[in-house]
Amino acid sequence: MNRAVWLWGILFAIWVVLSWHFTPLLIVFGLATCTIAVWVGVRMGTVDRESVPVHLIPGALLYVPWLVWEIFKSNVRVARIILAPRLRVDPSIVHFRASQKTDLGRFIYANSITLTPGTVTTGIVADDFEVHAIVQSEIDGSEENDMNRRVTALEGEAA
Amino acid sequence: MDQVAAVASWTLLLGGSFFLLTGSLGMVRLPDVFTRMHAGGMTDTMGAGMILVGMAVYNGADLVTVRLLLILAFLWFTSPIATHAVAKAALSGGLDPYTLEGGHAAAADDSTGPHGGDAAGTEGGATS
Repeated sequence: MNRAVWLWGILFAIWVVLSWHFTPLLIVFGLATCTIAVWVGVRMGTVDRESVPVHLIPGALLYVPWLVWEIFKSNVRVARIILAPRLRVDPSIVHFRASQKTDLGRFIYANSITLTPGTVTTGIVADDFEVHAIVQSEIDGSEENDMNRRVTALEGEAA
Repeated sequence: MDQVAAVASWTLLLGGSFFLLTGSLGMVRLPDVFTRMHAGGMTDTMGAGMILVGMAVYNGADLVTVRLLLILAFLWFTSPIATHAVAKAALSGGLDPYTLEGGHAAAADDSTGPHGGDAAGTEGGATS
């Protein structure tokens, strides 16, 4: 129930930011739309820890800036590979284990891997991750383990 | 202060343009669909990201800035899913990734490629 209230608040905030019209008609439309959307979600049983992960917000405030910095660094690395006079790619598909316990944690980890250029998650079976890397040596370095550790901490913090 | 914002926004816009151009160049230079995805990832993340943040800084703190950052958030949430879908579709379709040893493997004609044996990862598709 608490999560339904959170979802309603987030949806209505997005409505207000995107609309920014404060005529009574449009406000009522917004209130009604958000209420119907949340009601349908609750009835379908889709409003839970996974779909409304508000418990991750405090951890995400630390994780997202770190992730943006990682994305920047790997962008520079891939840019150097592309701009080098001789193309030095050594692509390969690597398997490794992730330590997250929930599907949501694995989803965040997989998306973080894909979001950093140079590595793309191509498949997940339970905790077995299959990742394509543009340079093979980049995947089993300490960086991926670091990311794994941080995502596990993120999902565990408020579990 | 105005000067600082102008310099910061132009730096971000030029940086974003650099990553967009480099990503496009990578699309041409890299050997196969999997390596090209990494170049595509560059345009998605830093290319679009730096340009959107640059526009937000240029615009100053108001409603349009909030909307620009909202676009960025949605983009960064959805683009890895699209990339993953492309990668998985290519693997399921039997495309062998380019490797240094194998070079351009001939178009995979059976399910014995590196991904064909992965029973749980690729339901169907591998044998077609």
